[in-house]
Amino acid sequence: MAVEKTVTITDETGVHARPATVLVNKAGSYAADMNLEYNGKSINLKSIMGVMSLGIPQGAQIKIVANGSDEQEALDAIVEVIKSEGLGE
Amino acid sequence: MSQLTGIAASSGIAIAKAYKLAIPDLSINKKEIANIDQEIDRLLKALDVSKSELEKIKEHARTSLGDEHAEIFSAHLLVLSDPELINPIKDKIETDNINAEFALNETAQMFIEMFENMENEYMRERAADIKDVTKRVMAHLLGVSFPNPALIDEQVIVIADDLTPSDTAQLNKKFVQGFTTNTGGRTSHSAIMARSLEIPAVVGTKDVTKQINEGDTIIVDGIEGKVIINPSAEEIQTYQKKQEDFELQKKEWAKLKDEPSVSKDGQHVELVANIGTPNDVEGVLNNGGEGVGLYRTEFLYMGKNELPTEEEQFDAYRSVLEQMGRDKPVVVRTLDIGGDKELPYLELPDEMNPFLGYRAIRLCLERDDIFRTQLRALLRASTYGNLKIMFPMIATLDEFRQAKAILLEEKDKLIQEGTEISESIEIGIMVEIPSTAVIARQFAKEVDFFSIGTNDLIQYTLAADRMNERVSYLYQPYHPAILNLVNNVIEAAHAEGKWAGMCGEMAGDAIAIPILLGLGLDEFSMSATSILPARTQLKELSKEELASFKDQFLSMGTADEVEAFIREKTNQ
Repeated sequence: MAVEKTVTITDETGVHARPATVLVNKAGSYAADMNLEYNGKSINLKSIMGVMSLGIPQGAQIKIVANGSDEQEALDAIVEVIKSEGLGE
Repeated sequence: MSQLTGIAASSGIAIAKAYKLAIPDLSINKKEIANIDQEIDRLLKALDVSKSELEKIKEHARTSLGDEHAEIFSAHLLVLSDPELINPIKDKIETDNINAEFALNETAQMFIEMFENMENEYMRERAADIKDVTKRVMAHLLGVSFPNPALIDEQVIVIADDLTPSDTAQLNKKFVQGFTTNTGGRTSHSAIMARSLEIPAVVGTKDVTKQINEGDTIIVDGIEGKVIINPSAEEIQTYQKKQEDFELQKKEWAKLKDEPSVSKDGQHVELVANIGTPNDVEGVLNNGGEGVGLYRTEFLYMGKNELPTEEEQFDAYRSVLEQMGRDKPVVVRTLDIGGDKELPYLELPDEMNPFLGYRAIRLCLERDDIFRTQLRALLRASTYGNLKIMFPMIATLDEFRQAKAILLEEKDKLIQEGTEISESIEIGIMVEIPSTAVIARQFAKEVDFFSIGTNDLIQYTLAADRMNERVSYLYQPYHPAILNLVNNVIEAAHAEGKWAGMCGEMAGDAIAIPILLGLGLDEFSMSATSILPARTQLKELSKEELASFKDQFLSMGTADEVEAFIREKTNQ
């Protein structure tokens, strides 16, 4: 069973390189498959180029989906990173 | 031996072996392969080697430049383990039976094109990152060596066509003794970096990469702008002596780092620096700068595809102010774009005479959205240090009044929003248009200070385009017309109890310094590396004596007469 959560990006410059790097690094440390959905597209959250290619701007609603043995833990960690990086809420 | 001439970009002498920083030939062919597992293995090994190199580069950037500069390499490392990049390459090798080089190239190209076609400039720049990273992997697949300036571990002189910011970020001062490039000028990125790293550099040599072979012995003379290839033993000796003299001189200068700038007769003037980015502040402090006399804010707007946000600007201004501290003033010049400095995204039409056209304050008063954003960022940063704001290219009093009114409007708005703003921000103007220099008296009643921008003042006064080499002989800083205008501005300022400074090459010039001291200039703003030599020179000059020559040199007929007179009086 997959778990998911939707967050709103509040950072003025959107998801730019530095927070994207932190997100992807974090996602990579979990076994669960993780996807990020935005604007009708779904990309692998463990892919820096995937995340960057979405060009997520301020105000965007993004959905994080985790699926795998440690899915809840992984989802919580990503949401926490989004908050602590000042990216969104 | 042979010799090349270029532009002396950063002073000092370096003698070492040549290290050519050239991107190797990475052209590839499509090949069918017999052993798929072996091919994938080759790919993974190339990725691994590239990763460990990048780790080292990142570590190097972290220790020598700080965490912020190292971040970019974290992103590069992630690209090398990106499943969306690696899986398609593996798939191509497996299904098409093709070599790893070809599969890598196809996949990387797809991503590069995708990023290049994005609307946002920031995203488009990421294409360059992917190129950078995949080139490294490609070099390892092809078995050719890829230059890693960060991994240089012996004393060398770097030879390159040009140096990119990431190249220069990797240079280790301990090993890189100097560098020389084909392209660039005194203000190109590589030259500015060389001065802040304080390593000798000669740029703009046109074909140094062709003339020099890997391992040749090279002398880089960053004082006179010469590069000597395979010098004789005698020449090496001569230059070793020159190098020692320069080092001794630097030590003498360094003693004055924390000393005040005073003339022989005990008169104090301010020696401050011109900067372009927050990174330049370190060099200002290391060279004993008493402040920043010109912070060119254009760099925040250049090299991107959209205007910088208020936050971005606030961060930069705050960083400069905080680093300089409460006591040292920072004069920020508002956006001076147009003329030779273009912002493609503003889509301004081409002009017949760009230097006489729509630029600087003229643009800011019309595009007040741009201007207001900058002013808000500045005002918000004002509580972090000693901020002074100046407007460029002021030709009429009305322009100054309008600009100041907009500034005060934004200040009121911010105060109403509850933002704290310094109450002691001085507001001044650049004096670079003769009309303003002529009626400086009238201006002096309304402005808090003047900063004379000599590069433009000279070109406007002598009507000589400074980009046109055929009329470059008219670029005459000691022309009596210039000196009379400068004198007029200083006298006007003092009559109203205001101060007058100068930014531009002239303020750090050994002939101009005695003249300006004699005219009573209060603040001299120059390249950070010119400050200590200027302070040294100042100690030998008597302001009172030079002031007594004032009438003489102001009434001379030519720049040459002025120069000869000053040389004689100051034993130069």
